[in-house]
Amino acid sequence: MGGEAMSGTSVLFDAPGPRARRLSLILSIVALILLALGLLWIILILAAPRDSGGITLPGMFDSTRWNIFFEPVIWNQIGQGVIATLMAAGVAAVGAIALWVVFSLARSSTITWVRIPVAWLLEFLRGMPVLLMMLFILLVASTGAFWAVVIALVLYNGALIGEALRAGLAALPRGQREAALSVGMREFQSKILVEFPQAFRQMLPIIVAQLVVLLKDTSLGYIVGYNELIRTTMNGMVAYYGNRYLFSLFFVTLVIYLAINLTLSWFARWLSRRTASGGTPTRKRKGAQQPLDPSQTILEMEARESSSGK
Amino acid sequence: MEQYLSLWPTFLEGFRVTLLLLVVSGVLALVLGTVIAAMRISPVGSLRVFAAFWVEIARNTPLTLIFFFTAFVMPMLGVRMPYILLAFLALTYYTSPFVAEALRSGINGVPVGQAEAARSVGLGFGQTVSLVVLPQAFRMTVPPLINVFIALTKNTSVAGGFFVVELFATTRQLANDNGNMVIPILLTAAGLYLVVTVPLGIFAQALEKRWVVKR
Repeated sequence: MGGEAMSGTSVLFDAPGPRARRLSLILSIVALILLALGLLWIILILAAPRDSGGITLPGMFDSTRWNIFFEPVIWNQIGQGVIATLMAAGVAAVGAIALWVVFSLARSSTITWVRIPVAWLLEFLRGMPVLLMMLFILLVASTGAFWAVVIALVLYNGALIGEALRAGLAALPRGQREAALSVGMREFQSKILVEFPQAFRQMLPIIVAQLVVLLKDTSLGYIVGYNELIRTTMNGMVAYYGNRYLFSLFFVTLVIYLAINLTLSWFARWLSRRTASGGTPTRKRKGAQQPLDPSQTILEMEARESSSGK
Repeated sequence: MEQYLSLWPTFLEGFRVTLLLLVVSGVLALVLGTVIAAMRISPVGSLRVFAAFWVEIARNTPLTLIFFFTAFVMPMLGVRMPYILLAFLALTYYTSPFVAEALRSGINGVPVGQAEAARSVGLGFGQTVSLVVLPQAFRMTVPPLINVFIALTKNTSVAGGFFVVELFATTRQLANDNGNMVIPILLTAAGLYLVVTVPLGIFAQALEKRWVVKR
C-alpha cells in the first residue's frame, strides 16, 4: 500500500523547476487574493448596517452587539451550557463504552441464537437517525430530555463502535486466542483478558474520533428540548438579551464547539499515528494510518470475513 | 388499523421530502467535495491550505449549529429563501468534507508506484491524475462514499427541527396528534429510514467484498 505518500509528497507533479515554481507561486498568490476578496466580501456584508422596518440597526461588528460579553453573568450562563453539553457527552460516552463491550462480545459469540438477533438489532440501531431514536425514547419511555439524549447516543454509538471493536477482535492474530485457550482459559476469559485489551488498544483512535461525533450529536438536544450549549445560548440567551446578540452568540458558540472538537480530533490523529508507527512489524509494513471512520472499518472487516470464509 | 392506514399519505409526503433532501444535497456535496479534494492534492499551496482548513472546520462543527446558521442567522443577514433551500445548503456544507476525505483516502490507496510509472513515461499532473490514479482510486472510493450517503440520509432528519417538513417532522407531528398509536408511528418512520439505509449498506458491503479480494 502506498499509504499517505500519494498526496503527501510530490509524486503527482515534477519537482518544480524555476518556471513551474514561478507559475505555482503566481497561481498561489492569485488564489490567495481571491480567497482574501471572498473573506473581505463576507466581512463587509456582516459589517454593513441593516434596515429593519425603517429602523437602521448597526452592523455585526458594532460594539452594541458585543457588549454583553463583558458581563461575568454571560460567561456563567455559557459555562452552564458547556457543562450540560459535556455532561451529556460524558455520561453517553461511559454508557457507550460499556455497551461496546457487551455488543462486541455478544456479536462474536459462538452461540448462534445470541449472535444473529444481536446482529439484527445492531443493523436496526445503526440504520436509523439518532434524532428519531431520541424522539422514540422521549415519547415512549417519557424519560425527560436529558436521558432521551443520553440513551439514544449510547445505543447508537454503542452499536457502531461495538461493530468496529469486533473488527479489532477479528484482526488479531489467531495465535493469541489459541495460546489463551491452551493455557486453560475459558472462551470468555480469553475474550476478556487476552483478546479484548489488544483489540481495544488497536481501535482506540477510532473510539476517540467517534467521541467527537458523539459530542457533536449532543447538539441534537436542541431539537428535543435538552438545554445544552446551543439551546442555552441560542434560545435562552437570545430571547433574554435580545435578537441583536444573535450573531455574536452564534459566533461564540461556534468557537467553543470548534475548540473542543478540534482538540479531540487532533488527539485522535495523534493516537492513530502512534499506534500505526509502533506495534507489530506487519502493521508497520502497511504504513498508512487506519481509517478513523468506524463504518469503513466495519465494511472492510465484513469483506475480509466473507472472503476468507469461502 | 383504519386510523393507521389513513396516516400513510402524510408519511409518504414526508418521505418524499427526505428523499429530495438526500438526492439534492447528495449531488451538491459530491460536486463540492470533489472540488475540495482536487484543491487538496493540487500543486498550488494556498489552495491546499484552504481545502485543509475547510475540511477541518466543517467536520468539527455540529450539524445543528450549521442549520441554526442557515435557518436563523442567514435570514437575519437579509437572505430570503425557502427553508428547504437553506436545508440543502446546510447539508451540502456539512457533507462536503466527508466526501473530500473519502476521495482523498481512495487516491492515497493507489500505490505510489502507479503514479511514479505514469510520471516516468512523461505524463503531467493532469494526465497522471485523470488517466492513471483516478480510475484506480474510483473503486476504492465508492464504498466509503456510500457510507457518507448513509450518514447523509440520517442527517436529513435534523432539517425536521428547522422548519422543513420531512419524515422526522412529519413523524413528530403525527405522534403528537395520535397519542393512542405513538409506537406504530415511530416504528413506521424508523422502517422508512431503514428502507434507504439498509439496502445502501448491503450494496456497499457487496462492492467492498468484490474489490477487497483484488487488492
